[in-house]
Amino acid sequence: MKLIFEKSKPGRMGISLPDCDVPEKKIEELIPKNSLRSELRLPEVSEAEVVRHYTKLSTQNYGIDTGFYPLGSCTMKYNPKVNEEIAELPGFRSLHPVQDEELSQGALELMYNLEKILCEITGMDGFTLQPAAGAQGELAGLMMTKAYFEHRGERRTKIIVPDSSHGTNPASATLCGYESITIRSNEKGTVDLKELKKVLDGEVACIILTNPNTLGLFEEEILEITHIAHKRGALVYCDGANMNAFLGIARPGDMGFDIIHLNLHKTFSTPHGGGGPGSGPVGVKKSLVPFLPKPTIEKEKDRYRLDYDRPLSIGKIKTFYGNFGVMVKAYAYLRTLGPEGLREVAENAVLNANYLMKKLKSYYYLPFDRVCMHEFVLSGKRQLEEGVHTNDIAKRLLDYGFHAPTIYFPLIVSEAIMIEPTETESKETLDEFASAMIRIAKETEENPEIVKTAPHPTAEGGRTHPSTKGGRRRLDAVTAARRPNLRWKKLDK
Amino acid sequence: MRFIPNTDQDRKEMLEFLGIKSIKELFKNIPEELLLKKNLKIPKGLSEIELVREMRLLSEKNADLEHYSCFLGAGAYHHFIPAIIPHLTGRSEFYTSYTPYQSEASQGLLQTIYEFQTLVCELTGMDVTNASMYDGASALAEAMIMAFHITRREEIIISKTIHPEYREVVKTYAQAKNLKIIELGYENGITSLEELGKKVSDKTAAVLIQNPNFFGSLENVKEIERIAHKNKVLLVVAIVEPTSLGLLKPPGELGADIVVGEGQSFGNPISFGGPYLGFMATKDKYMRKLPGRLVGATTDSKGRRGYILTLQAREQHIRREKATSNICTNEALCALAATICLVSLGKEGLRKVAELSTKKAHYVFEKIKGIEGFEEVFSSPFYNEFVIKCKDTKKINQILLKERIIGPLELERYYPELKNHLLFCTTEMNSREEMDELVNILRKIK
Repeated sequence: MKLIFEKSKPGRMGISLPDCDVPEKKIEELIPKNSLRSELRLPEVSEAEVVRHYTKLSTQNYGIDTGFYPLGSCTMKYNPKVNEEIAELPGFRSLHPVQDEELSQGALELMYNLEKILCEITGMDGFTLQPAAGAQGELAGLMMTKAYFEHRGERRTKIIVPDSSHGTNPASATLCGYESITIRSNEKGTVDLKELKKVLDGEVACIILTNPNTLGLFEEEILEITHIAHKRGALVYCDGANMNAFLGIARPGDMGFDIIHLNLHKTFSTPHGGGGPGSGPVGVKKSLVPFLPKPTIEKEKDRYRLDYDRPLSIGKIKTFYGNFGVMVKAYAYLRTLGPEGLREVAENAVLNANYLMKKLKSYYYLPFDRVCMHEFVLSGKRQLEEGVHTNDIAKRLLDYGFHAPTIYFPLIVSEAIMIEPTETESKETLDEFASAMIRIAKETEENPEIVKTAPHPTAEGGRTHPSTKGGRRRLDAVTAARRPNLRWKKLDK
Repeated sequence: MRFIPNTDQDRKEMLEFLGIKSIKELFKNIPEELLLKKNLKIPKGLSEIELVREMRLLSEKNADLEHYSCFLGAGAYHHFIPAIIPHLTGRSEFYTSYTPYQSEASQGLLQTIYEFQTLVCELTGMDVTNASMYDGASALAEAMIMAFHITRREEIIISKTIHPEYREVVKTYAQAKNLKIIELGYENGITSLEELGKKVSDKTAAVLIQNPNFFGSLENVKEIERIAHKNKVLLVVAIVEPTSLGLLKPPGELGADIVVGEGQSFGNPISFGGPYLGFMATKDKYMRKLPGRLVGATTDSKGRRGYILTLQAREQHIRREKATSNICTNEALCALAATICLVSLGKEGLRKVAELSTKKAHYVFEKIKGIEGFEEVFSSPFYNEFVIKCKDTKKINQILLKERIIGPLELERYYPELKNHLLFCTTEMNSREEMDELVNILRKIK
């Protein structure tokens, strides 16, 4: 499809603006001529063309609303429509962040209540809503860790992460000047206590764990882990990406975690927007509350206020108060579900995952064959023997109308296929997906070529998802990286 | 629960298939003592009718810009959002998708990001940019870290004319990374060149400035660039009000090494401070030092043009502790809104928005400084924000509020030395009537 720049024609315009209603002055009288730009090469297109261009592009995109999206670790659940409408209420959408807090009492009340609900769900004592995404929440959590130890006059330089962890964990540690120590998982796929004890010395500031971990397995020895960490003075951080697994069933705070970040755009149903905006609130235990980013939101009688007077705070990590529009949607979701609803979410997410896992495990290698939580990880290594890679299986799924699972993660499973169905999928959808996966497993034996060359966007049978229909075949990633073309350069001519 | 399709019968069949009696058995790996015995103490669930009623009441406790006129900017700008933007970003194929890992099923979004990257390069005059950052402030902090990676120097000079909240965010990141921040004072509302000359050294990684700066004034970017580059120091320019780029010379033309900014002004609602979108652009030679997602054009196996996430070897999921940053989720949907806004405006439209914002600001500036007791403070040229000195700023804002006007920023909040100083802002949204009313009210204040 053409780029919008290729549709441009001099003289077209897509917006109408009012005439200048103040006495006309030449712009050169207001701004020095040498500060003015000489040209501005933006496209010239009409409103109708813009609408058609982006509508057409939207049809070339796979969203949850058009199909099953079992992307492991991403919790692609249904995004309730009413929440989108609520975030568009003028009192939320058109609220200036710098205006006097007396004028924003409704917004502060919402944020205050959201913090309280998140505290109760996670078993934490305080929350910040400021981080824009999980990775920024993680960074904020580690900054608090650092400030906490500095305040205590302790010098600790290391962070422990399991080899199954998200890449953001060690990357965030580096941003905080910490050295990451990676520990191997045991044969059950969980933290190896012996390994952990070996590296857990007085220089360790924090252990970062995802629970359930990225294999979808609950860390059964979590109480022992947090206990020995605390005994050596270290903190334990919970990467809350997988919180969907035990909402209302168990709480990270009770497990001994000191810090947790949540992803409102995963667990609490706010849309991912094709890669953001997200929101990554961070919860902490009492001893870390003084270090939370500022401002915090405080309630005094019936009024809410922003408290900037927090001498131990790590400071600000984002302008203003975070991704407020996302918080509104998550809050609406939580108000809809209530305690019973949250519990049902976890129960059905876990049931769906176990059901699908059992359906697939005789066709794909399942490295850790035990009860899983909200997701599970298969390996494509059996298919690799036929020369079919996991990436090929992912592409072939598109021909059957499904988005691919997360692939090649976690790194400790070769040819990993990480599947998270979520609670908002029906048994019928799971059955259809399982059929497609089983068919691909059979094709791998009978006709591997068709899998290796997938997707076949014009494939017969009509299963191809609308977003890929008539679309691209396998894209060349190698050339893209070798000769980067990151913008349309014909503008330059 | 209406979001869960499984019926009791479905669950029964699934449990039978699994060979278990109850869902509880699936949670057997959680130690018994951790299992909650009671419901969480959170408010009970609401029907859609009750929810909408409650949320509407909550929203109406706020004073919003659809019911008040506004002369407040300070990093969040009230610009026109054409009706097509929510309609197009509201296409659920866009907003219910994840980061486009499966490029063949994400060509729509990938192409919009490629278009966004092209637009940001054109506006800033830079070679290469990423798919967006969290916001302007965190983009500036990431630029600081990038400058450290490029130069391996640990001192960062930051002008006090940068948005105070941006400076706070930069400080927070610097503290974590053990980088040293040196602040630079201002004279006549712009960065002090003399002070810069004294503070820059062979330990300096970068000089960070904002243009137009927090006071709305235009910085002497060319002169700052000369001083920085003479000392082999990188110049980072932050653009907080990006409509200014419709008029002003792009920072790339002025020699900036990294340009970051806030894109909210382009089609994104003011939304109590977020979600917004940061942008970050640089020269070709620093391409591989950029944090964040990058979309590149390539071809499919039939030779047709297509788009794909690329240069991922910089990123956390591959490089882990050696990554350029930990960022993964960015602000794709906000970047899409910005893209649609920019192409709709086109070259004429963006210039007009910038001209209207400038002319209105200068109109109301002239009127206000003509009122007794209201003084011009800085004589530097400005874009759409300006500073006025007067008495009892708090009382002024209270009076304005009674007339349903959200007034200017009291600068003392961020600059203790600027007691009794106000920062006014105008955009194309301010009508002459509104401005004349503002002036009339100010005139009556004794």
